[in-house]
Amino acid sequence: MSSNAITIPGTQIQTRPWVDELHQWLTTVDHKRLGILYILSALLFLVIGGVEALVMRIQLMRAHNNFVSPEVFNRMFTMHGTTMIFFVAMPVLFGFANYLVPLMIGARDMAFPRLNAFSFWLSFLGGLLLYFSFLGGSGLYGAGSAPDVGWWSYAPLGARAFSPGHSSDYWTLALLVSGFGSIGTAINIIATIVSLRCPGMKISRMPLLVWLNLVMAGMVLIAITPLSAAQIMLLIDRYLGGHFFDTQAGGSAVLWMHFFWIFGHPEVYVLIIPCFAFMSEIIPVFSRKPIFGYPVMVGATVCIAFVSMSVWAHHMFTIGMNSYANSFFTLTTMAVGVPTGIKIFNWIGTMWGGKIQFKTPMLFSIGFLFQFLIAGLTGIMMACSPFDWQLSLSYFVVAHFHYVIVGGILFALFAAFYYWYPKMTGRMLSQGLGKWHFWLFLIGFHLTFDVMHIPGVLGMPRRIYTYEPGRGWDTLNLIITIGAFIQAFAILVFVANLVISYFKGARAGNDPWDAWTLEWSISSPPPAYNFATVPTVASRRPLWDLKHPEDPDSRYE
Amino acid sequence: MSMLRKSSTLRFLAQAILLLFWSAVAVWASEPKGSPSHGTNIFAPASTPAKSIADLSVFVLVITGIIFVVVFALLLYSVVKFRGRAMDAGHEPAQVYGSTQIELAWTIIPILIVVVLFLATARVIHSIQDAPEPAGAVQVTAIGHQYWWEFRYPKLGIVTANELHIPVGDPSHPTPTFLQLLSADTDHSFWVPELGGKTDLIPNHPNRMWMDPQRTGVFLGQCAQYCGTQHAKMLLRVSVDGPEEFASWVRAQQRPAVEDTGAIAGRRVFESNACMNCHAVAGSAADGRFGPDLTHLMSRATIGAGAAKNTHNNLRLWIQDPSAIKPGSLMPAMKLSDADLDAVVSYMETLR
Repeated sequence: MSSNAITIPGTQIQTRPWVDELHQWLTTVDHKRLGILYILSALLFLVIGGVEALVMRIQLMRAHNNFVSPEVFNRMFTMHGTTMIFFVAMPVLFGFANYLVPLMIGARDMAFPRLNAFSFWLSFLGGLLLYFSFLGGSGLYGAGSAPDVGWWSYAPLGARAFSPGHSSDYWTLALLVSGFGSIGTAINIIATIVSLRCPGMKISRMPLLVWLNLVMAGMVLIAITPLSAAQIMLLIDRYLGGHFFDTQAGGSAVLWMHFFWIFGHPEVYVLIIPCFAFMSEIIPVFSRKPIFGYPVMVGATVCIAFVSMSVWAHHMFTIGMNSYANSFFTLTTMAVGVPTGIKIFNWIGTMWGGKIQFKTPMLFSIGFLFQFLIAGLTGIMMACSPFDWQLSLSYFVVAHFHYVIVGGILFALFAAFYYWYPKMTGRMLSQGLGKWHFWLFLIGFHLTFDVMHIPGVLGMPRRIYTYEPGRGWDTLNLIITIGAFIQAFAILVFVANLVISYFKGARAGNDPWDAWTLEWSISSPPPAYNFATVPTVASRRPLWDLKHPEDPDSRYE
Repeated sequence: MSMLRKSSTLRFLAQAILLLFWSAVAVWASEPKGSPSHGTNIFAPASTPAKSIADLSVFVLVITGIIFVVVFALLLYSVVKFRGRAMDAGHEPAQVYGSTQIELAWTIIPILIVVVLFLATARVIHSIQDAPEPAGAVQVTAIGHQYWWEFRYPKLGIVTANELHIPVGDPSHPTPTFLQLLSADTDHSFWVPELGGKTDLIPNHPNRMWMDPQRTGVFLGQCAQYCGTQHAKMLLRVSVDGPEEFASWVRAQQRPAVEDTGAIAGRRVFESNACMNCHAVAGSAADGRFGPDLTHLMSRATIGAGAAKNTHNNLRLWIQDPSAIKPGSLMPAMKLSDADLDAVVSYMETLR
């Protein structure tokens, strides 16, 4: 393969006793190993969070079901939401950013390798702390076990008066600890991109994945800090007699909502922007064309980042803001649809006139485009605040954000797994199992989340452990539950694929997809410190230039 | 003319898609129901705010439906048309880097759509939120409690729970109901889909909402904001009464509790236990405020905020052990002897 021309053999890692190997993994400061640790810990929590979802789905499968008690159900949805956002979605995306950003900019590691390790272990231990609540939550007071106040823990429900014992403290501390980890990683990503780009990689030549992770990291710095501040205030309320959110002593429940959602909404974009990044790498390669409108894609991302900082109160349309505030947040929320729309059009523009190869990563990418379109449109519906007065807090909104997080983020992540797994392990994931995974997950997803919009329209609120028969919700909920189990089965196929292919997958070689960015120029998995000689680039697609010396990109940029 | 035809074709297309999507809704909505005559479909509005929301929603659905059809068609077309074929192997397609005109077009068109949607929305926000309260409006203070609703009619001197009664209005003689929303503990949300959107009940943050139902009947709803263990069974019934019906309900509610000498034993149990610390029975010594007012308990169709029908057996079970019906309910099991239990139940049954 032509790309072999700039392959630089790295130091071979020798086989060591497993204790040594384990020690290496636990003490590593290598960005690739930390990336993989992030991803593995996220997969672990994904399975746990998924089981929690299934418990809820079994309970709701028919009216007046008695599978779990209301207390357990409330813990399940609190833990499911907290786990999936803070200990699955963020770590897995940080993991890919950690792994890919240095490789794509021709760097040998992140800017601060030890901060990197510190951040990972903070995040992971935050997750363990959250789950320790099942054992330690009943603690001294004998009240509660895992947190059961919802993943946004609205005041005053999280106050001592309504949430005695320590369950809420585990929630608060877990978020605080993992939040510091997130901030560390964000600083690290920014510093790496700013200071470690290889010669020739001007900021206008960075792969879009790098650009978008830069934006994401900037947003993390802005979004996580108010959350951490709010958690500290909550701790002061709970233990030092503060009254920030203590409504019984004149505190403000609405203040907590503002703090939470000024984190919470940018957080959605913190999660989706790295997924846009995956799409912007994968769709061009499998369409055999460069990304359509690179500058506009960068501009749209920066625009999303700014606008998404001013939309948070659309989570609060029902709290009785005045008509001006409701109108303002309607406008900003709808406005964020414009740059997002540009992105969808530019991806279609990338496919237009290409020669699309339907490999597994591309299948998931097309699924992403289709589902993200629908998620965006239901988002427009809820941006329209009067419509939201009906839809908010109902199953419609649950369907909407799962469309974003599962239909969008998780599909993009699966695409990324199938695309970069060969680079990380040196083995291809099985295409056959991949297709089973894709189609099963697609069917399960649509069965669950398409149908889930309807009970919302029929007045079913979220977070209820049971419901009365005869409201027209029963059959719909049964279908939703069946879909959830199909998805769970598809995840099993995926995990099986990860494990089997690790041992038996076809050898990947350096560049299995005939791609164009720097990570494909070195061996799979890449050697320690990546590049024996730091590469020099002359365009956004250095490997294209190398493979097509007669018609390099550098001539047009 | 051709423009007009084009837009009507588009609208037809969008409506066809929407029809498909929402026909499922209609199927479920038309299912036979229990005792109340209505389901809780947000597209079956029975009052002005709910109706203007539903109209706006249909408008938004049509616009988003059109966007969906156009973008989905583009996506499908490019996936099918530009799929790689075996004979292409080795040849790369033309490398196109972008097009300013096209990108400008798909920036400006969405901006125009956003402007239209925003203006339509702002109108409805204003018409609902800034509606003046007419002189003849019925005023109700709704107070959310863990896990039940307290309704007070300050002008009429009525206190009741869980089942709100309001008068029906007609366009010539509007009698809207204006609710002041308060909370005694955590956040709650008042949601009766066919009468209006939801509004939260937040401690230290009084809210307001209104509705002017145009047809009589019982409308179902429930707490929509997670408020604790029994959030699920914080149900809500709004009975929209005709003018005479409402007036007679008001008169009945304004009377103090019926004194029935046959239930004197039960009343003694009620007043010598902790019952009276939390519950009020007007005209007696019981004036607790933590639990629902029981003065006219038997006028209500359900107990435990809709958790069970108001029957003799349910009432007995509830007083014996509320958590058998509603685990997590804040009312403790009073551990009454069977004799005391029967006495209290028969006392309750005199409170019409």
